[in-house]
Amino acid sequence: MNDHSRRDSLKCLGVGAGTLFTLSSGVFGAVDLAEAATTKDIGTPLFLQISDTHIGFNKDANPDVIGTLNRSIDAVNALKHKPSFAIHTGDITHLSKAEEFDTAAELMKRMQVSDIHAVPGEHDVTDGPGAEFFNRFGKASNNRGYYSFSTNGVHFIALVNVMHFKAGGLGALGDDQMAWLKDNLASVSSSQPVVVFAHMPLWNIYEPWGWGTAESAEIAQLLRRFGSVTVLNGHIHQIVQKVEGNITFHTARSTAYPQPAAGNGPGPGPMKVPADQLPKMLGVTNVTINRGRKISLSDRTLA
Amino acid sequence: MRKSEVFMLTALCLSVASPAFADATVTIKNFDYSPMMLTVKAGDTVTWKNLDGEPHTVVSTDGLFRSKALDENDSFAFKFDKPGTYKYVCSIHPKMVATVTVQ
Repeated sequence: MNDHSRRDSLKCLGVGAGTLFTLSSGVFGAVDLAEAATTKDIGTPLFLQISDTHIGFNKDANPDVIGTLNRSIDAVNALKHKPSFAIHTGDITHLSKAEEFDTAAELMKRMQVSDIHAVPGEHDVTDGPGAEFFNRFGKASNNRGYYSFSTNGVHFIALVNVMHFKAGGLGALGDDQMAWLKDNLASVSSSQPVVVFAHMPLWNIYEPWGWGTAESAEIAQLLRRFGSVTVLNGHIHQIVQKVEGNITFHTARSTAYPQPAAGNGPGPGPMKVPADQLPKMLGVTNVTINRGRKISLSDRTLA
Repeated sequence: MRKSEVFMLTALCLSVASPAFADATVTIKNFDYSPMMLTVKAGDTVTWKNLDGEPHTVVSTDGLFRSKALDENDSFAFKFDKPGTYKYVCSIHPKMVATVTVQ
């Protein structure tokens, strides 16, 4: 473990979209994109993260969420080396309506990936458990919503933290899912890279707005023994990152509209920005892995 | 200033209440239910109206009632038959908590 490189990576990550994030044997380092372009082994595409598409939203902050999702898909399809699959970290729809899910599915068909793994956001399940979201994405998990899979030597865990809210508004996994998570991780080797994804942050970013998960400390404890852990979420419509030991926490941008920084305003609602600023605040995250098992996160805006 | 605000709120409540059978109205604005503590009589119907650009829901913690996602200016009504205290939250922003007491 190298504290210096960890600190550097945090510092560099603050710069914005032009930074790649790499991980090797638990040591993080940041590579400028310009430098990465000239480096031969910057990794092979692992997957793409898309989040908070909010199909159905039509207010001032972005009256054309279909247009910005289409532009996001164009950006993915334009990648020279495309990832084989995508994860959607929730809030696919704005109001959980069937027609919103249908529109989102129709649009995302155009994305040149073989598969989309999804977890629900709170906007996707306002109709309760076992309804529209689960009709479409419930199969992988027997309608529980949480599940795991392994590919390219990486263990993926999809969690649901929007169905059992705790008093005060934090997301939560609930006892059954926590027990499942413990059991699931027990069979994974510490040397295997682990990617965990959920809608709401699995680390507590800002509790007054519920930007966190009640079991976050317990989850971090379970993940601590692994050499490489990447924890991804959406929900807050902006990039915030934290590195804690071997665990990288990273939130994704929305493809629909930005939200204010923590505590700025009455609540975490849509933020209207000048039209020319909007593309800079929307985007997707591209995740690659290289031969040395380094996992790199690269955020791309629509600008 | 304050008086006019009260007047506007009252006018708003009346305009919302008039077309339905609502005996009381809760407005949702700036991520809050108003009033947060409402008292009605058994048999009364309560109507919630969302005035935020962000959708909200009205979901009772005991499972008695559950609105769909209410977009801006959408309403939801529920008739309370039995006395008791009913706590409810917004399932999208669970920090939002309020109660209806039925006498």
